[in-house]
Amino acid sequence: MNRTGVIYGINGPVIYLEGNTGFKMSEMVYVGKEKLVGEVIGLNRDMTTVQVFEETTGLKPGELVEATGDAISVELAPGILNNIFDGIERPLSEIAKTGGAYINRGTIVDSLDKSRLWDAHMTVKAGERVRGGTILCEVQETHAIVHKVMVPPDLEGTLIKVMPDGQYTICDTIAVLQLDDGSEKELTMTQKWPIRIPRPARKRYPATKPLVTGQRILDTLFPIAKGGTAAIPGGFGTGKTMTQHQIAKWSDADIIIYIGCGERGNEMTQVLEDFSELIDPKTGNPLMDRTVLIANTSNMPVAAREASIYTGVTLAEYYRDMGYDVAIMADSTSRWAEALRELSGRLEEMPAEEGFPAYLASRLSAFYERAGMMMNLNGTEGSVSIIGAVSPQGGDFSEPVTQNTKRFVRCFWGLDKSLAYARHYPAIHWLTSYSEYISDLAPWYKDHVAKDFMDCRNRLMVILNQESSLMEIVKLIGSDVLPDDQKLVLEISRVVRLGFLQQNAFHPEDTCVPMEKQMKMMETILYLYDRSKALITMGMPMSVLKAENIFEKVIAIKYDVPNNRLDMFDDYKKAIDDFYNRVLEKNA
Amino acid sequence: MAIEYLGLSEINGPLIALEGVQNASYEEIVEITVDGKKKELGRIIECYKDKAVIQVFGGTDSMSLRNTHTKLTGHPMEIALSPEILGRTFNGLGQPIDGLGEIVSDIHRNVNGQPLNPVMREYPRNYIRTGFSAIDGLTTLIRGQKLPIFSGNGLPHDQLAAQLVKQASLGEDSDEQFGIVFAAMGVKHDVADFFRRAFDESGAYEHVAMFMNLANDPVVERLITPKVALTAAEYLAFECNMHILVILTDMTSFAEAMREVSSSKGEIPSRKGYPGYLYSELAALYERAGIVQGVKGSVTQIPILTMPNDDITHPIPDLTGYITEGQIVLDRELHGQAVYPPVSVLPSLSRLMKDGIGEGYTRADHQDVANQLFSSYAKVGDARALASVIGEDELSPIDKKYLEFGKAFESRFVGQGPDENRTIEETLDIGWELLGMLPREELDRVDTKILDQYYKPAETD
Repeated sequence: MNRTGVIYGINGPVIYLEGNTGFKMSEMVYVGKEKLVGEVIGLNRDMTTVQVFEETTGLKPGELVEATGDAISVELAPGILNNIFDGIERPLSEIAKTGGAYINRGTIVDSLDKSRLWDAHMTVKAGERVRGGTILCEVQETHAIVHKVMVPPDLEGTLIKVMPDGQYTICDTIAVLQLDDGSEKELTMTQKWPIRIPRPARKRYPATKPLVTGQRILDTLFPIAKGGTAAIPGGFGTGKTMTQHQIAKWSDADIIIYIGCGERGNEMTQVLEDFSELIDPKTGNPLMDRTVLIANTSNMPVAAREASIYTGVTLAEYYRDMGYDVAIMADSTSRWAEALRELSGRLEEMPAEEGFPAYLASRLSAFYERAGMMMNLNGTEGSVSIIGAVSPQGGDFSEPVTQNTKRFVRCFWGLDKSLAYARHYPAIHWLTSYSEYISDLAPWYKDHVAKDFMDCRNRLMVILNQESSLMEIVKLIGSDVLPDDQKLVLEISRVVRLGFLQQNAFHPEDTCVPMEKQMKMMETILYLYDRSKALITMGMPMSVLKAENIFEKVIAIKYDVPNNRLDMFDDYKKAIDDFYNRVLEKNA
Repeated sequence: MAIEYLGLSEINGPLIALEGVQNASYEEIVEITVDGKKKELGRIIECYKDKAVIQVFGGTDSMSLRNTHTKLTGHPMEIALSPEILGRTFNGLGQPIDGLGEIVSDIHRNVNGQPLNPVMREYPRNYIRTGFSAIDGLTTLIRGQKLPIFSGNGLPHDQLAAQLVKQASLGEDSDEQFGIVFAAMGVKHDVADFFRRAFDESGAYEHVAMFMNLANDPVVERLITPKVALTAAEYLAFECNMHILVILTDMTSFAEAMREVSSSKGEIPSRKGYPGYLYSELAALYERAGIVQGVKGSVTQIPILTMPNDDITHPIPDLTGYITEGQIVLDRELHGQAVYPPVSVLPSLSRLMKDGIGEGYTRADHQDVANQLFSSYAKVGDARALASVIGEDELSPIDKKYLEFGKAFESRFVGQGPDENRTIEETLDIGWELLGMLPREELDRVDTKILDQYYKPAETD
């Protein structure tokens, strides 16, 4: 049955249809002659409200709107990786082929390449009983990733026919399933899933493994678990995007979904260029082979910006179902919240705080709760981790998006303006940031890195906190009057800040640091602290200690010790011992 | 066949409502004749089955509910374009006001533009030498970038922009075609004159297309001015292969105009009364900077905005900063100390800088010098804060050195003459000279090799 409605009114991305159209909530519709994609967001007896994912310029009252019967959904099949989509899963490179440099309206392109042949290796036989999630066949999607084609989650039955191994497009039937009611269903490699509904999983595991990012301040001080959630808030220019790029490049997730939501066009171009060139250190393949980009830049239609977050998380869940660890970078969730606000304003809803709709908090929580380490329907284990950037208005963390995000994420990496001004990157402030995963992950660190990892980490935090309270005094009276042991704390925390927390994303050795080296660096710094403290306790003044260049030497470890030469740390230990003996001899 | 509609059903500020219209489309342009004489243009901003809400660019003065004839044009706002627009002056709607006649061309473009496909963009890498140390050295401007100047009332942002245009456009590699598109939104007559004179004096006038909406011109017209200007810029850059520098001043007036119209439409305000779509609207302008693959030209934007009450967290600078690729912030205190240009170095930033400098572009030590200057200058702030509490005499020797460094940095590196055009080498050398005032172990951002090559401690007397 073809249900249609007639446009009654147009206000920006929101249009109104006359009368009771019989449309369903969240149903996808085609609007007008140009068939712009839209979604039903409100219904009553006299009027249907639709948000349109494209520019509505030139639309006229009286044009027809056609219902499709499906909710806004994404196509899931091989070909998703190494691709760049807009907010509703339309491949931008295909749009460029038809539309040139600009994104035209009403461009209808397939989400995925329907003519490409994939080498499929079947993993089931006819006669087998299968359920949602059962893996039907495996396809080498990119060099890095094997795509596992699964039975859609809502189906269950017996396979009556399975095609042999061979080359298939994503539209070819690869198996026929007899459902329990006796009807037959042909299965292809493609399945559809509505973006606003989480894909089901069997159960949720607690966080036990960290997502190792190679960034020292994250891995050591404020780790995020696989399946965890983190927020990176910061004013403009503090390095949100840079931090996300670093995690996307170096983290040990299998798949990266990078959502550029309402951000700069040049930034997406840069990600696309960089990731195509950069080689994944673990697999030796280009990073794009494990990456999906979703680009809805700030000048693209606002409703699609709202949808882009959901599109991204649905793709992530799909790969999680195959048993992969997926990490989502959402840059930035504030733009998404603003899209909500803009649409809510157009709908003339009652605003809550700062004009944001009252449902902001519930939408945010629904999004972040789609993260998790799961046991999938097919018994495999996979995770979706969400790392969302937040762009607080005026850099003020008390605004609604930051505050509400804080309620639903367990990791908070607060970026600090003054650190960014001093070009201390990553500008994550150690005093405002926190990670609730610390205790969950402690056993992992104990088993996989070092027994005393947590002790060392905590000592580092203590030093940094001591520094901050000492700095209060220094600001009033200067550092000269402090006793020597406190001067030492200041000096060591300087070493921690410059030599450990600061990390140079453009330096080949420093851009990604393995856990072992992080541990060794931490040990070396703390060893230096212990030895110096011993000297100070014996009455040596700080000026004597500073006359040696050992502090500078330890700071330079991050550049001087290559990531594969961890044996060099023994030399540093010796150098610290020498320093200790030398000072002792000279001043005894 | 064009139907004319007689009369209106409502007038509210710059908005009029028309009932009984047939076939009106969203964002369509309408022509309104008042009393059979005066013609005004308007744009449909909301439309319903038989009612259209129209925003009148020229204002609704002297309109009544019955003295108007309204005609639908059937298309969104368009302007005629040809390379001849350089050297001409237009009003805020793109109509010539210099008495040299209409632009005759077959090429008409929709001023609303379309989003550039990120796949088709080229990542900007070529720097533009502006001749200012503070900009070239620390916040390098890149071709295809959007780098706003955050200023305040009474600060010399106009001089800065004019000098920048003069030095950047007439610099080296002049075999490439360059042009300037200048859009004034709600600026004072004096300011417009100043720019006109400055372009004249620098000999750039032939290469400038000016779009003027002055402070006493209709407010609604201001909303369309930057779009018209950017459409012209895109045409010159991507179809005529020119390097176009766009100056938009003052973005604050643009945002104010948007607030005014939004409130007469009765929309729900978000922050400080600005409409919720302020970000999207600003982004739709700023994102029109860039380079397209396979095309020689580029659009570089320098929007100027005055921060209300010098507040960088005000929604206008705040949202701008989130969209643009950095910002140049001017500082009242430096201006008071007669430092020109009064660029406040620490909050200023160029995001594209890292990929457009260094070996092959500027000089190998550029990034390190910039990082070190930023970091050392940040310490100057701490030393000053301390000095204001305990007095300069009580400071440790190293803090005193920082104070000296800070002063010299402001007067010699940031400060320069209103006609001084420094090369990148000069800029970096001054940087090293200043860093020489600090002991070597304080320079923790520079690679050891580069330090060996360039660092010379200043002679102490």
